[in-house]
Amino acid sequence: MSTSSSGSGYAPAALRTRTSRSARPGRLHNVTVHEPFELVVARHGGTVLRVCRAVLGPVDADDAWSATFLSALVAYPQLAPGANVEAWLVTIAHRKAIDHARATSRRAVPVDVLPEPSASPGADERDLDLWTALAALPTKQRKVVAYHHLGGLPYAEVADLLGGTAVAARRAGADGIAALRRTYGVTASPSTPRREP
Amino acid sequence: MTSTDLEPDARDLLATAAGPTDLDLTRLHARLERAAEDAGVLDVAYRTLDSPVGALLLAATERGLVRVAFAAEDHEAVLASIAARISPRILRAPGRLDAVARQLGEYFEGRRHTFDLPLDLSLSTGFRRAVLAQLREIEYGHTASYAAIAMAAGSPRAVRAVGSACATNPLPVVVPCHRVVRSDGTIGQYLGGTDAKRALLRLESAA
Repeated sequence: MSTSSSGSGYAPAALRTRTSRSARPGRLHNVTVHEPFELVVARHGGTVLRVCRAVLGPVDADDAWSATFLSALVAYPQLAPGANVEAWLVTIAHRKAIDHARATSRRAVPVDVLPEPSASPGADERDLDLWTALAALPTKQRKVVAYHHLGGLPYAEVADLLGGTAVAARRAGADGIAALRRTYGVTASPSTPRREP
Repeated sequence: MTSTDLEPDARDLLATAAGPTDLDLTRLHARLERAAEDAGVLDVAYRTLDSPVGALLLAATERGLVRVAFAAEDHEAVLASIAARISPRILRAPGRLDAVARQLGEYFEGRRHTFDLPLDLSLSTGFRRAVLAQLREIEYGHTASYAAIAMAAGSPRAVRAVGSACATNPLPVVVPCHRVVRSDGTIGQYLGGTDAKRALLRLESAA
């Protein structure tokens, strides 16, 4: 696992540190310091895993999650105070998912038997239905749903990651959600009792 | 960024994707601990340990044990302070503290009289650090007065400064500030509370 790549390098300009100009000496009590990284993992680990699962599927998501948080840990002290930490993590996860897909395709060997979906602990059949439905979406729609709907990234920043405009990203997201509703949402009407997060 | 601005329909649809379980995240956390340690980017590892004087926070850098904190000190506040003073690259990673936890367990059972652990004294500087060095000379089961420690640290008149060095000891129990008592024989203050100090002295006198 590479640790030389810095997570902050993936952040859109708006997320980057504005240097330390604002941190004047003598104002120590006002300097914003980062909370322990453990709290970042506790707060955002679940969301990042859902994003990774949506993009890569339940099995490969673990590798992307691990690479994302290791990279984020390395870059964390340089993150701008007050930056949107979740958006920053989702952005890193996007890069790590691309790295992972590239590495997988390089060493891809045809297999007859797909990995058992149930190898992912905790994923019940309903979840698997959703991951299957997500996997069936065109790539752009799937990624917009992952980054915007699951990861909370605004459409403008999704467009930064995927190319195209925010309007196009919004349309892809709407198309993706509509398609999910056709293939998966049939059994997932809002009246269906659902697990609390 | 919250998901409150998302289309309500989409939220209902995706909410059924009950996501990761605690088990998933526990497994991934353990993997992150190992990867961070292997990559040399885990600046501070911590865990808590139940003890007869309450839950203790134990934190270590790569150089050694850097902080022991009583519950009365507020563990979250202590971690926030470590993030500011040392590094925010902090994870709950018990592995690095295995030896510390084992030796403390033996100490509280009365089976260990000295600690054999690498210590990182970087949270203590100047005279306070000199005081810590003197504290480590007080043997198990013995006590010394604040005045005697001031003398030994080379500043006989700095009795109050010795008191504040004890009150800010980043490594209580392991660096035995509980063995420093007042010249009149009364127990004196303790950052873990006087009950904890009394309990530690009783433990050591029983052994």
